[in-house]
Amino acid sequence: MSTQSVTVRKRSRLKKHWNEQKWLYLLFLPGFLYFIIFKYIPMSGIVIAFQNFSPYAGFQGSEWVGLYHFKNLFMGSDFMMLLTNTLGISLLSLVFYFPAPIILALFLNEIRSKKFKRVAQTFVYIPHFISFVIVATLTYQLFNISDGIVNQIIEAITGNTVNFLGSPKYFRGMIVGQSIWKETGYGTIIFLAALSGVDTQLYEAARVDGAGRWRLMWHITLPAIKGTIIIMLILRVGSILNTGYEQIFLMSNDLNIAKAEVFDTYVYRRGIIQGQYSYATAVGLFKSVVGMSMVLTSNWIAKKSGESGIY
Amino acid sequence: MAQAQGTKMKTNKIKSKSKIKRSVGDQIIQVIIYLGVGGFALLTLLPFVYVIAGSFATEKELTERAFFLFPKEFSLNAYNYIISSGDIFHGLKNSIFVAVAGTAINMFFTTTFAYAVSRKKFKLRNFGLNMVLITMLFSGGMIPNYLLISNLGLLNSFWALLLPGAINAFNLIIVKNFFQEIPSELEEAAKIDGCNDISIFYKIILPLSKPVLASISLFYAVSHWNDYFNAMIYITDQKKEVVQIALRRIIFMAGGIDLSGESIDYGIFGAPPEKAVKMAATVVATIPILLVYPFIQKYFTQGVMVGAVKG
Repeated sequence: MSTQSVTVRKRSRLKKHWNEQKWLYLLFLPGFLYFIIFKYIPMSGIVIAFQNFSPYAGFQGSEWVGLYHFKNLFMGSDFMMLLTNTLGISLLSLVFYFPAPIILALFLNEIRSKKFKRVAQTFVYIPHFISFVIVATLTYQLFNISDGIVNQIIEAITGNTVNFLGSPKYFRGMIVGQSIWKETGYGTIIFLAALSGVDTQLYEAARVDGAGRWRLMWHITLPAIKGTIIIMLILRVGSILNTGYEQIFLMSNDLNIAKAEVFDTYVYRRGIIQGQYSYATAVGLFKSVVGMSMVLTSNWIAKKSGESGIY
Repeated sequence: MAQAQGTKMKTNKIKSKSKIKRSVGDQIIQVIIYLGVGGFALLTLLPFVYVIAGSFATEKELTERAFFLFPKEFSLNAYNYIISSGDIFHGLKNSIFVAVAGTAINMFFTTTFAYAVSRKKFKLRNFGLNMVLITMLFSGGMIPNYLLISNLGLLNSFWALLLPGAINAFNLIIVKNFFQEIPSELEEAAKIDGCNDISIFYKIILPLSKPVLASISLFYAVSHWNDYFNAMIYITDQKKEVVQIALRRIIFMAGGIDLSGESIDYGIFGAPPEKAVKMAATVVATIPILLVYPFIQKYFTQGVMVGAVKG
């Protein structure tokens, strides 16, 4: 008797809950299905990294090979080349590209002319919205060795031309330079937002106390954006093996490929072009796992040292 | 710009006389800051100016003069060539379709899911949010995604460009945060008037969220427009070529022959300016972005981006 009434009550509560929230469930459904189909099914697709996957045999029929592809990757001669190229670009951008928006934001923050600041901001945000195809096209038109304007200028001064686009030794610099050109302006937004929250009275008080520009910047402005800088650094470190396909792919050619092959382009070439699905998935999985552990570790370190992390 | 800078410096001088005198060092820093910001703004702009000016020039001028802001001899040859070959317009048409249809799909999936998980009473709220967070940390990678699209039979279909990115996790969180900020009294009042969750969603929440919806849809539209890599791996049919692919192809081949194989008569200016054609193609592919840019800028300054990083 009593258990029966409990189930009845439970059922009526469920019914009430359903009546109350059924429309929310309905709104939830499309996005839920999207995440399952386009995010979680591919996540389960990583099992093929442990198989000799063939599209004809399918996920179930393909032979299991354990860590064979990972052994191939780590023992193979490509691994060191990929790691050097990828880290080379990442570290160079960590040193030059990461601080660029911070510096520009600090500069913009010091500009008192509203008009000058607005015009400058309008210009520097534009490249963010331009595709990498166009960026690569512009780079080609400016830097190519036969009629690029940069080379024409260099030739006029030194009498020599520099093969920026077809020589491995310039590849990293070109990539990081493109990133700086494209994303520095847009990257300032987040720092400027943090700076707009600083109490101006702090500056007034410090100025009365005789603090100069550098001291104001060092003791008031920088601490105000410290949290933001750390968050951005965590994200940056987490994507240290993520150099992106598009930019590198569009800038690489037969001449500079020695420095241009990174994990992302390698996965594309081995997987989609050559059809070595399992091996390419193993490379991608290695990259994802490293990226995830980097984010979690740097987040943990940030939290330990008293900063707010992202997760 | 220089003028604005000059007058500003004057007003600064007047101000500093009345307040605390600025040291010489501070003045020098001021100059460095203006030069730095102004210089970077010019640097972002120059490649565009170079390409736009070049697209209206004759081939003769392009080979003779290294750099100019205005061509001496104004020529529409390059544009005539592009129009008569019709090449890039096909890509433009496809890209407009993908951007419009894709953005509609993005907004439907993003807003419905964001609304459901923004309601505190919703039972699957935490489950839904965690589901999103996990996808931000880890993904299946390129190959499982490719195999999914291929297994769904979407290769060579526009659906492959429309569905896989239907929800961007960062955009979703921005929209969710915005929905949460809307005072719940409005919702309660509507409930009393007999509204259910769906009618509250489209009669109250969506109209009140116009600024955030405008900026998010612009972000989605721009990312569809700029997409190159997905189109490259999923679409091989030249009829379905998008504008970025078309531009890339044109940059690496341009000649005096139209699509039907006929050579084209260019009148008094002679053969089509190959360099100018490349520049004109770049301009044509960039213009749509520059047209929506003022709208983008209007909205992204409202601080919606800040919500994204803090999650």
